[in-house]
Amino acid sequence: MIETEHLTKRYGPLTAVDDVSFRVEPGQVLGFLGPNGAGKSTTMKMITGFLAPSAGTARVCGHDIQREPLSAKRLLGYLPEGAPSYGEMTVAGFLAFVADLRDLRGERRRQALDRVIARLHLGPVLRQPIDTLSKGFKRRVGIAQAILHDPPVLILDEPTDGLDPNQKHEVRTLLGEMAAERTVIISTHILEEVDALCNRVIIIAAGRLLADDTPQALLARSRYHRAVTLSTPQPEPVRQALASLPGVAEVEVDAHDGRLTAIARDGQNIFGAVQQVLQSGNFQVRELQLERGRLDEVFRRITQDATSEVPA
Amino acid sequence: MNAVVSVFRREFASYFATPEAYVFIVVFLILNGAFTFYLGQFYERGQADLQPFFTFHPWLYLFFVPAVAMRLWAEERKSGSIELLLTLPLTMWQAVLGKFLAAWAFIAVALLLTLPLWITVNYLGDPDNGAILAGYCGSLLLAGAYLAIGACLSAVSRNQVVAFILAVVVSLLFLLAGLPMVLDVFRAWAPQALVDAIASLSFLTHFGDISRGVIDLRDLVFFALTIGFWLMGCAVVVDLKKAD
Repeated sequence: MIETEHLTKRYGPLTAVDDVSFRVEPGQVLGFLGPNGAGKSTTMKMITGFLAPSAGTARVCGHDIQREPLSAKRLLGYLPEGAPSYGEMTVAGFLAFVADLRDLRGERRRQALDRVIARLHLGPVLRQPIDTLSKGFKRRVGIAQAILHDPPVLILDEPTDGLDPNQKHEVRTLLGEMAAERTVIISTHILEEVDALCNRVIIIAAGRLLADDTPQALLARSRYHRAVTLSTPQPEPVRQALASLPGVAEVEVDAHDGRLTAIARDGQNIFGAVQQVLQSGNFQVRELQLERGRLDEVFRRITQDATSEVPA
Repeated sequence: MNAVVSVFRREFASYFATPEAYVFIVVFLILNGAFTFYLGQFYERGQADLQPFFTFHPWLYLFFVPAVAMRLWAEERKSGSIELLLTLPLTMWQAVLGKFLAAWAFIAVALLLTLPLWITVNYLGDPDNGAILAGYCGSLLLAGAYLAIGACLSAVSRNQVVAFILAVVVSLLFLLAGLPMVLDVFRAWAPQALVDAIASLSFLTHFGDISRGVIDLRDLVFFALTIGFWLMGCAVVVDLKKAD
């Protein structure tokens, strides 16, 4: 479990993190979303005890990170932004070093090392210096280090940054498997990842917590929630027919591929009505899709409102 | 204690992961030889001791030790690994101490490789081996004092060259504190107590006694306190600068 209470970080006149409070329970995978420089990493650095907060505090499984840093750090696995490590060390040497500091010994140590090496497919590069590895391998070494001691709390700052789509998929699968009884915080600015991984989302911009919700609830805030998108060879008559429906607020035409999107008024369910109109008008339809909402649009609206309020 | 050992082992091994370490050691040995035999006139003096060898250590260390110390924290900050290290379950003290001891051990290895000189002097004559042992201990303590300064200042900058230069400058102040050219500047206006205090900080004076084989508790305490003070400073500076 992770709790933060009025967590604040100021650098001189600049407030990087402004009074952020939340609580994450075991089984939750919290996605930390926000534009670059929003304060995501700073918040993570305070929770993991790297930075001291200017005000407020954070607790890891009940241990205050300021007052009992060692107990809190033992329960944490942390992947810092950019997955830093010791470049001159070999992968095996580096993991052994972390195992030493995590106080893993004997059989437990061997099992822990075998487990992460197998899970992150590090076998072939064990004897290589980390500096010589590709970005993807470096990231995997960083994740291996974070999960080595099988921690109940995982904090990962951009775990899939710089990975190719296959590697991203693997890391997501791994995190999905690990999430069950753990408390996980992931920061990212890849929105698809939130949908794929997280069961809770916090949006942070200009240091302030702006939204704390499930991905589904955030999608419901989108103007595209329950919108119907279709493509047809007769766009103009279909557009007029859709626009005349009482539940349809507006019909958008995609300039790129000519698809029509009927936007639901106040999130009403218009799918049935749209189908009826299409049938009764005998229109040809190549594709018909009910939209859940668009996370990027919600994200943009929430964060842009916030940043435009802040005086320059 | 365990964490200190882990940090020590990692740091010590990392010195030998690059050819840099071997270059340092070779240069150190060559300079030691050159100073002892040419400037120190080891043969011409006709005395079976290592006085000419130890005399130059304060000057040699002035450049050698900051070069060993400069990467301790600067590199850690530059690569970002400091964030990893300081979020692992260990205290700041354990990290500072482990790193310091590793660098000190590295210097000890370099110093140990000068043992052929001890063998030579025993072969040529009949030296006071107790005095030579004291000299080695003193030399190691002196290196430790320089190293603590270098470790503290390596946390000031991400740039190893800046860290090196800062460490040389500060070390030079401590080295020269006992010389008349420094003390005369203060003598003109400062009370005698202050002049004495500055003089008492001199590495040269404290090392001078030990290198002649005189182990005075005061000198040992001086070096221990200097190391402790600068390591405390190191912990403070790392804490202040870690996130920059």
